[in-house]
Amino acid sequence: MSEDTRRPGMTISCQEVVELVTDYLEGALPEEDVARFEQHLELCDGCRYYVEQMRITIATVGRIDESDVPDEVRAGLLDAFRERSR
Amino acid sequence: MQPDSAVSVPTDSPVVRGEAEVPAQRPAGPEDGELVARLRRGDEAAFARIVTSWSPMMLRVARGHVSTDASCEEIVQETWMAVIRGLDRFEGRSSLRTWVFRILTNLAKTRGVREARSVPMSSMSPFAPADEAGPTVDPDRFRPADDQYPHNWTPVGAPVQWQPGPEQAAVAGETRRLLGTALQDLPERQRAVVTLRDVHGLSSDEVCAALDLSAANQRVLLHRGRARLRAVLEEYYRAAGKVTS
Repeated sequence: MSEDTRRPGMTISCQEVVELVTDYLEGALPEEDVARFEQHLELCDGCRYYVEQMRITIATVGRIDESDVPDEVRAGLLDAFRERSR
Repeated sequence: MQPDSAVSVPTDSPVVRGEAEVPAQRPAGPEDGELVARLRRGDEAAFARIVTSWSPMMLRVARGHVSTDASCEEIVQETWMAVIRGLDRFEGRSSLRTWVFRILTNLAKTRGVREARSVPMSSMSPFAPADEAGPTVDPDRFRPADDQYPHNWTPVGAPVQWQPGPEQAAVAGETRRLLGTALQDLPERQRAVVTLRDVHGLSSDEVCAALDLSAANQRVLLHRGRARLRAVLEEYYRAAGKVTS
């Protein structure tokens, strides 16, 4: 992978990119760093894949279903709710 | 009760106030005003729906403050009881979920203090566990400082594009289950943040309020947790690639 280190995208290294990716996705990266970050992604396949893979990871986690209310808990709460309405 | 922001319609753009933001709502049913009206009328189905929908997230929040599952369940039950008792007095100046969430976090924090957790969520000790410091990607995957392209990926270390498996649906189910397990293996604080943010969809402000974290701390935990999960998926795709090629 040939890079010209004088180009703006290469003032930030790949190792920095992987540590800044969450700030970037959260919108917490200072504006001037956003430009350098995105320029780096344009020039660097590895980092582009890394960010894409982070997005895939987040989306996959988002499909996890964590819904487990024990039946007796739900029943007890419904009883209390019913009592209130009397 | 403290004044709440005037939102009755689910919105994706948070309104920033002095405290926790109005949360981005997960669409689940009737509009907020109608939901409250139904609950006041004693609509059991409506109540059962929000209990089912919100309790898992509430349990996760409670887990950030107390040490046992039993305590978490008690906190969530106490919260719902308080909601039932307070329904008539709820003025609807915030969304119902914001109100429930606030009751929950107050109860969880009070209970957490009372139970005197030895390692509170908010503690950022200078002696941070090893898994909360240091690089999230193996440094061996990057060129050294004296290299022509310092700290850039090595040819071998650079990520490669993940190829979906032969049957996309099967892969999707597998990867979801894989990460579900991996989530349980994350260090506790990372697991709490990733679960609340990425599974339950709470905003960063909500998670900070719920777990007594600064925005920066929350981001660090989110970052480290996600990086681990990405690495788990990377390993999965590497193994899958060896089988099919």
